[in-house]
Amino acid sequence: MTLWADIVWPTVVIVATIMLIVMPLLGAVAYLTYAERKIMGAMQLRQGPMTVGPFGLLQPMADGVKMMAKEVIIPSGANRVVFLIAPMITFFLSLVAWAVIPFDEGWVLADINVGILYLFAISSLGVYGIVMAGWASNSRYAFLGGLRSAAQMVSYEVSIGFVIITVLLCVGSLNLSDVVLAQQTVWFVVPLFPMFVVFFVSALAETNRAPFDLPEGESEIVGGFMVEYSAMTYALFFLGEYANMILMSGMITILFLGGWLPPVDVAPLNWIPGIVWFAAKVAGCLFIFIWVRATFPRYRYDQLMRLGWKVFLPFSLFWVVLTAGVLVAFDWLPD
Amino acid sequence: MSFINRTARSLLLSELVSGMALTFKTMFKPKVTLNYPYEKGPLSPRFRGEHALRRYANGEERCIACKLCEAICPAQAITIEAEARDDGSRRTTRYDIDMTKCIYCGFCQEACPVDAIVEGPNFEFASETREELYYNKDKLLANGDRWESQIAQNIASDAPYR
Amino acid sequence: MIIQGLAFYLFAAIAVVSGAMVISARNPVHSVLFLILAFFNAAALFVLMGAEFLAFILVIVYVGAVAVLFLFVVMMLDIDFVELREGFLRYLPFGALIGLILLVELLLVIGAWLVVPDGAAVTQAPAPPPDSGISNTEAIGLLLYTDYALAFQLAGLILLVAMIGAIVLTLRQRPVRRQRIADQVNRRPEDVLVVRSIDRGEGV
Repeated sequence: MTLWADIVWPTVVIVATIMLIVMPLLGAVAYLTYAERKIMGAMQLRQGPMTVGPFGLLQPMADGVKMMAKEVIIPSGANRVVFLIAPMITFFLSLVAWAVIPFDEGWVLADINVGILYLFAISSLGVYGIVMAGWASNSRYAFLGGLRSAAQMVSYEVSIGFVIITVLLCVGSLNLSDVVLAQQTVWFVVPLFPMFVVFFVSALAETNRAPFDLPEGESEIVGGFMVEYSAMTYALFFLGEYANMILMSGMITILFLGGWLPPVDVAPLNWIPGIVWFAAKVAGCLFIFIWVRATFPRYRYDQLMRLGWKVFLPFSLFWVVLTAGVLVAFDWLPD
Repeated sequence: MSFINRTARSLLLSELVSGMALTFKTMFKPKVTLNYPYEKGPLSPRFRGEHALRRYANGEERCIACKLCEAICPAQAITIEAEARDDGSRRTTRYDIDMTKCIYCGFCQEACPVDAIVEGPNFEFASETREELYYNKDKLLANGDRWESQIAQNIASDAPYR
Repeated sequence: MIIQGLAFYLFAAIAVVSGAMVISARNPVHSVLFLILAFFNAAALFVLMGAEFLAFILVIVYVGAVAVLFLFVVMMLDIDFVELREGFLRYLPFGALIGLILLVELLLVIGAWLVVPDGAAVTQAPAPPPDSGISNTEAIGLLLYTDYALAFQLAGLILLVAMIGAIVLTLRQRPVRRQRIADQVNRRPEDVLVVRSIDRGEGV
């Protein structure tokens, strides 16, 4: 009886909760690829996918089936174990991070004290999948992609760290639900707007999105770290990358856009459930991700490094000091 | 003053924002692409597509085997053999076009004195094997029968300019 | 409790095994990957002890940044395995000596703990009582910025000196014309471009 009540039942509940998070997430990933192709199509005066299903709505399914039906090719010179582990790591990391994301008041799988650190740690690990893939492929292009990714992600993590510190100074807790609840009067995007921009751009760099998609660089290093991957191994990278985009949008939503909170706490707006607000804000961020990709050309590598180390790092450091100074001077420090 | 102006511009990311505004506006413009297999763009009456051999209204084939098209073909894609038919008229026994050689220059239809060989409006004749692209007389006549109405219309609308 | 115990032994065993693999793996990239695994399991052990802040800092700093740079450098090494094995015997005495010293020191630490069981408490900082509502993040902060503020600042200073030293050692001034992006960005059409209508046959 205790075995059932203490071990089996909680396990079942946890697994069900995980499924409840992961399944909609994978659906969102599938339709994010569709949205990206449609939106970028519209911005380039094209139509995007139109053939599979009405308005091409079944295109993600067709792509998924295609990916699963294809053959996994492992290059003969590749390091087999690392080669196969790399996409798994990328995919795994993009999913485990969702454990601490609060979708609504109390709707969180693991409400840990240091949620924001957990997110930061997971996002900083994302580089390993890419570097290992680049190294294990035993290919020049893949290797260049891996090296670029390593340097790029380490550089932009620093400014992400400072942005997170700035937000934490205003919150006084590392718990993500507390971060959201601290924004009940005003979303942090208003007082910390420059930090929001820095965080957004760093998030682009951290997820290897255009204009920082140098590790992929399809026009110069033909797909970078993914050059030797095919079928499901490739699909895992693809899913991981898009799930990471959604995760980063979720982080932006929680840190700056007030998570599940409505813009103002008045009658018609606070009838809408929090999860809807959360999803809408994440979708808005994702739209900007795609919008940026459709607008800007890729950075040159030295410019990318210059932006990370010579612009964002001093700028975000300055804002950390400024925020701390303002909070202390006006005695606004949270307890 | 210009210093303040410049600093403000770069701090407010004015150029990035204006670029993003441009793409956002573009998003609502009408699309320039067509949903191809279901929608098709307009074709000129002079469009030079798949070849066809035409017939007269009474069903007699137009080609008189003068071999002018064979002579003018720069790619030497046309092969013609001719014999007198039972009723004494000169007709082709063989009229082959190697569509893999053809460069779609349209010289054959310019050379033809009786408007027999024409390049019709059809451009969707891709095939999976080369053999399917070695057209013989039957295939060309069948094309002519299939596309006659459009071909006749095209020739009529282009006639005033010749 | 049983699950916690099992988890402890699992993480500890993986940490020890991957630690051994770090020095025994042939391929240096594999060594670094095992090192990362060892860091991970150390972080997991911290979590088991309830020190989640330390665990995540360990992951962020060591796994997320330091090990990436390790991997970055090691991946670019051009390794000749024959040459590597040649040096093995020559450096064996050195390595053995250092290993021995470390072992003795470890034994001394463990020995002291055996001889004076409550001696460790003297050197430990007082932990806040569990019911005080202070999370361990706050506890570390309270300790670090009060009792150990000087040591903390000194550590930061040493790192700063190391960083500046590395930059000084590697910085070379090359006579290269550098791109000045600010100048390029600040160049406006109206500053450099004049549109004039010129009458025919007049010239400028």
